[in-house]
Amino acid sequence: MSREMTGAQIVVQALKDQGVDTVFGYPGGAVLPIYDELFKQNDIRHILVRHEQGATHAAEGYARSTGKPGVVLVTSGPGATNAVTGMADALLDSIPMIVLTGQVPTFLIGSDAFQEADTIGITRPCTKHNWLVKETDQLSDVLHQAFFVATNGRPGPVLIDIPKDVQFATGTYRGPEDAPALPYRPRTEGDADMIEAAVEMIETAERPILYTGGGVINSGDEATRLLRELAEATGFPVTSTLMGLGAYPASGEAWLGMLGMHGMYEANMAMHDCDAMFCIGARFDDRITGRLDAFSPGSKKVHIDIDPSSINKNVMVDVPIIGDVACVLAAILERWKARGSKLKRDRLTGWWTQIDAWRAIKCLTYKGSETVIKPQYALERLEALTRDHDRYITTEVGQHQMWAAQFLHFQEPKRWMTSGGLGTMGYGVPASVGVQIAHPDALVINVAGEASFMMTMQELSTAVQYRAPVKQFILNNERLGMVRQWQQLLHGERYSHTYSEALPDFVKMAEAFGAKGIRCENPADLDEAIREMLAYDGPVIFDCMVEKHENCFPMIPSGKAHNEMLLGEASTEGAIDAGGGMLV
Amino acid sequence: MNALNIPQGSTAHSAYSLRSSLAEGEERRTLAVLVVNEAGVLARVIGLFSGRGYNIESLTVAETDHVSRRSRITVVTTGTPAVIAQIKAQLSRMVVVIDVHDLTTEGPSVERELALIKVAATGEARVESLRLADVFRARVVDTTLRSFVFELTGPSDKIDAFVELMAPLGLVDVSRTGVAAIKRGPEGM
Repeated sequence: MSREMTGAQIVVQALKDQGVDTVFGYPGGAVLPIYDELFKQNDIRHILVRHEQGATHAAEGYARSTGKPGVVLVTSGPGATNAVTGMADALLDSIPMIVLTGQVPTFLIGSDAFQEADTIGITRPCTKHNWLVKETDQLSDVLHQAFFVATNGRPGPVLIDIPKDVQFATGTYRGPEDAPALPYRPRTEGDADMIEAAVEMIETAERPILYTGGGVINSGDEATRLLRELAEATGFPVTSTLMGLGAYPASGEAWLGMLGMHGMYEANMAMHDCDAMFCIGARFDDRITGRLDAFSPGSKKVHIDIDPSSINKNVMVDVPIIGDVACVLAAILERWKARGSKLKRDRLTGWWTQIDAWRAIKCLTYKGSETVIKPQYALERLEALTRDHDRYITTEVGQHQMWAAQFLHFQEPKRWMTSGGLGTMGYGVPASVGVQIAHPDALVINVAGEASFMMTMQELSTAVQYRAPVKQFILNNERLGMVRQWQQLLHGERYSHTYSEALPDFVKMAEAFGAKGIRCENPADLDEAIREMLAYDGPVIFDCMVEKHENCFPMIPSGKAHNEMLLGEASTEGAIDAGGGMLV
Repeated sequence: MNALNIPQGSTAHSAYSLRSSLAEGEERRTLAVLVVNEAGVLARVIGLFSGRGYNIESLTVAETDHVSRRSRITVVTTGTPAVIAQIKAQLSRMVVVIDVHDLTTEGPSVERELALIKVAATGEARVESLRLADVFRARVVDTTLRSFVFELTGPSDKIDAFVELMAPLGLVDVSRTGVAAIKRGPEGM
């Protein structure tokens, strides 16, 4: 099927043919022809954000909560540069995203024209791939290829830069099936010998652990099902990175909780002491490994990853398996069954006894208060009062994010949207809007800190415009809590610029936006206030005034190993040495 | 000092093996990278090296197949075996990269570099430069009464050696192509 149409029509047609129903964007001079075409149709819904960064994070929220790529449309110059943070975020967290940018007409490129920026040059290192399309005839092929690249292999953001004259000019449209194939062909099936080796490790492991990550969720629902089947069949304990929460249910018997810098004591100790580590769709990030030379010293390691460059990047592994998590887990389970599903469960008894001893430490214990709301308590109550809802959680970045990961429990994948790799403050507000647009009837809560919230709070206006009833649950300590915590532990309690002196009245601000504002300062009032938030049919800013100097524990101080976790305030003296201070 | 007024030292040692020695545990590798020849492809590859802190000792690129728009990049890099493996993996996953080959480890290969070397000299130094050019099988591609331009092909260290010998004789300019390399034997990439 090929037809003659303008470049702008080609863009809209290609989006339709790729099954796009929602675009997050912001118009401007260099994308006016495309906006004109959007105006003339009703198949694609356009969500007008308040800042281009918001468009990218909203698209990320949409993508993570649906499994479909998020689509962003912005103009040239500042439109494109404002979208950079969201692309870098999506690149580090492997989120499929298609960013369409307008560009000055081809005959003005290089002349420092109004709103001209070298978008391709600027975004090259923060996209999986990008294209400048100079011929209208090539536009449909590039658009279809862009969807292929964004969603195949390790997902990621792609950008297509479209000069304005290319949007106006007429060219031939070809459908997705007619787009020429790229040399990019990621491998999905794991190597048979390596799968056999992994199965042998399952059979002989005495202290195993399944270390899972966002790759399980990106691989799709089948991967989640297979992970649960593997955990059930083997009886192996399961931990997960921040990105992988929900792939294995938090209510599952084998669940150890999140691992890593602020992960569970039992999860980190099990990682350190295991003899067989099965890393499934995770990437041995520095937040996970702690000190590399002391990382799980006694274990043989299997690493399943679709990105060959993730293998042996930080940690050398014994059994590398390059492939899609679902394909590889299916093959492992099949081979394991074919070999008789050999497993001596009694051999794991000692291991589980040890894990139960670590669990008994109760590493999330905190000192309660009857006068001040402890942030942990606020999240415990939020969990208790919302766990039965059709619930999606987004977060900002900082202490509240780690407490949310610790105290909220996820039973299903795609319910937890957070900025893991890049750690982008300001991610949560727009992401929550994107999630709510994709799931209009669900309960969407952004667990936020007041500082992160203020970075992108203008998107509340988007939420009001599109009647997206997102709940902004702000743990307000009037501090940049995580930075303050590091200043306390590492920089001699010199709290350099981590106190926000002039915060707005969030309740009044909510009202000014046309949303509802709720403030809660007393633990005794908290449940009722949360219920009030849940009952309100519209966006809410919930200003939860919490303890101002609470630190986030447990914690692996930077530069330390998994078995050197800090469990509370008492153990913080001299916790981070000079070497650790160099790390972030 | 001898009759040519050449200071002792630089040219007194062997003319070969002049490449800088590698740091502990590092290796030098020659990678052949076949890419789609689209706008900006070289910037992508260079950006990968600079962005991730990898070394480039030499880099050459040119279209090798106009019909199917293929370019071949030959890059000489150094690093520990783990870093070299990362470089290959990072290159391989790029959307524009068709194939990556490590010519250093995948059997024998031939490496050549071409250099144009301008030497301005008169008298005995001029004669000596011509004599040495003959020893190195360099060709004279331009001459005036006060200068020569030599064309020299060979492995990089041969060119290093020749350039070093020319330095005291009136070396003016050097233009080098960087390494081009290909596998020995009948098989292609």
